[in-house]
Amino acid sequence: MSGHPSTYEPKYAATKWMDQRLPIIRMGADFMSFPSPRNLNYWWTFGGILALCLVSQIITGIILAMHYIPHVDHAFDSVQRIKRDVPFGWLLQPMHAVGASMFFFAVYVHMLRGLYYGSYKAPRELLWIIGCLIYLVMMATGFIGYVLPWGQMSFWGATVITGFFGAVPVVGESLQQWLLGGYAVDNATLTRFFALHYLLPFVIAALVGLHVWALHHVGQNNPIGITPKTKEDTLSFHPFYTVKDGFALCVFFLIFAFFIFYQPDALGHADNYIRADAMKTPPHIVPEWYFLPFYAILRAVPDKLAGILLMVAAIGVLFVLPWLDTSKVRSMRFRPVARRFFYVFIVMCFLLGWCGAETPDNIVPGMKFGDTGLSFYRMSQIATIYYFAFFLVILPILGLTEKPKERPESITKAVLGGHNGAAAPAE
Amino acid sequence: MSETLNKDVDHVEDEGKRDFIFLATGAAAGAGVLSLAWPFVAQMGKAADTLAAGSIEINLANVAEGQQLKTLWRGKPVFVRHRTPAEISAAEAVDVATLPDPQTDNERLIPNQSGAVDPKYLVMVGVCTHFGCVPVGEAGDYDGWYCPCHGSHYDTSGRIRKGPAPTNMEIPPYEFLSDNIIKVG
Repeated sequence: MSGHPSTYEPKYAATKWMDQRLPIIRMGADFMSFPSPRNLNYWWTFGGILALCLVSQIITGIILAMHYIPHVDHAFDSVQRIKRDVPFGWLLQPMHAVGASMFFFAVYVHMLRGLYYGSYKAPRELLWIIGCLIYLVMMATGFIGYVLPWGQMSFWGATVITGFFGAVPVVGESLQQWLLGGYAVDNATLTRFFALHYLLPFVIAALVGLHVWALHHVGQNNPIGITPKTKEDTLSFHPFYTVKDGFALCVFFLIFAFFIFYQPDALGHADNYIRADAMKTPPHIVPEWYFLPFYAILRAVPDKLAGILLMVAAIGVLFVLPWLDTSKVRSMRFRPVARRFFYVFIVMCFLLGWCGAETPDNIVPGMKFGDTGLSFYRMSQIATIYYFAFFLVILPILGLTEKPKERPESITKAVLGGHNGAAAPAE
Repeated sequence: MSETLNKDVDHVEDEGKRDFIFLATGAAAGAGVLSLAWPFVAQMGKAADTLAAGSIEINLANVAEGQQLKTLWRGKPVFVRHRTPAEISAAEAVDVATLPDPQTDNERLIPNQSGAVDPKYLVMVGVCTHFGCVPVGEAGDYDGWYCPCHGSHYDTSGRIRKGPAPTNMEIPPYEFLSDNIIKVG
């Protein structure tokens, strides 16, 4: 799996025997000694954090599946039973529910890191695309999982999201009913969602395998985006980055633990403590926080099909990003103009998230001018335009017009200081 | 020995025949895979019991003027609204040409056994045509229905007037069994 010459030497008769037949110890040893750029910062610890998130979700998920009952009459009660009656259910259920939020938080940091440091550029295009696929399957898994507790938000979220498929011209209604297994979200929908929610994490795990394989073939990017040239430019993954990842993981798990023990419901929605009711829509439907920006993009156009297409495009544009960014410079450390646009991009993503959580017609606080003002609807349109402009206009043009800062010759020179480059990089 | 083998492989006696066997085998296998795939896809569709539980009867006499009955049909709510004269005249006064989904109020009613329409009772599937939420009655800019999810406004005939929903609320297939009883589905 690793793209570097193997340094493993089996010492014992048993390991030699093994190495000639199934070199699995060699694979593990090479993985641990993988030469990684010596300048990786803490933004690079999120890959390892994400791997642990996936493992945690799969373990807690399998446990929950032993107590959960996928039936419209029992699903809601069985989840409440897990929380209240099952031994340590109070711990394991929030680990899974909060874990989903933590997983998405980590994946967003990981993606933005890739965006800032140009980790999607050659030769890492496929690595990036596999990552986008993982994100896509994560979204499906997260959405389907949220339906299983069968609360009001579960039910109406499922109704709205599966309604997207109903917007497809001509075959929409048949497609939607095929997905639901009936005329509306019902027991058939719940049972298949449960089956798929069990399956998809293993699809993610397989994609993660490909992601790591591709990573070890092309090697990690690094904060200055300059390919390691000599052995000096790299450090062995273990112990240098296992320890760094380990520390970051501890901090991450502290935040995770805070939510599990003190605020298990803070990231969810109170309406999901009401049993699903097909006759009554909650007055204010919102998705989980990690889908809010896309929900805002969906609502930014007053047309059903156009809204859906725009939302799909918002994710689709990530897949072609390696060919949209024309700059040869990977890291935005050396791209002063692009960096400013990137910061605005992050602000816009947060604004979209805010818009997604609010009623579209309401006025943004502090933005009331006389009788009128800036509505969340208008703000979501502005942010949506920027979101797409960043990928489709700004990055393609900037790559051609921007004059990048001078880059150090090598990672070692950038780290240790030399004639060419400051002792410490810009940030 | 390897020489003989190579010779056999390199020199094909009847190439056209081999190609035919190749293609025929491939086609048979492909057809087999496809026909086996279909049950795996089709199983997700509506089951026979779901299709069978498809109709309900409603007594219109139970709905007083200004009242709305909400009942479940095929997993979705059906609204039976006994409209007030003001609501009926509001629904009839609209210039149909200006509507996003042009339909007269009469086109949204189904005649009873004597062939006449009774504008008092509006029967429709109480599901917003945007993303399937249940609209709130006697609300919105047109005093009809308002969908809280994404802000679609429907008039007193259940027609879309403002907001993201593409079409009017659906009229379910129904028939009059007597003067007051209808069968939906």
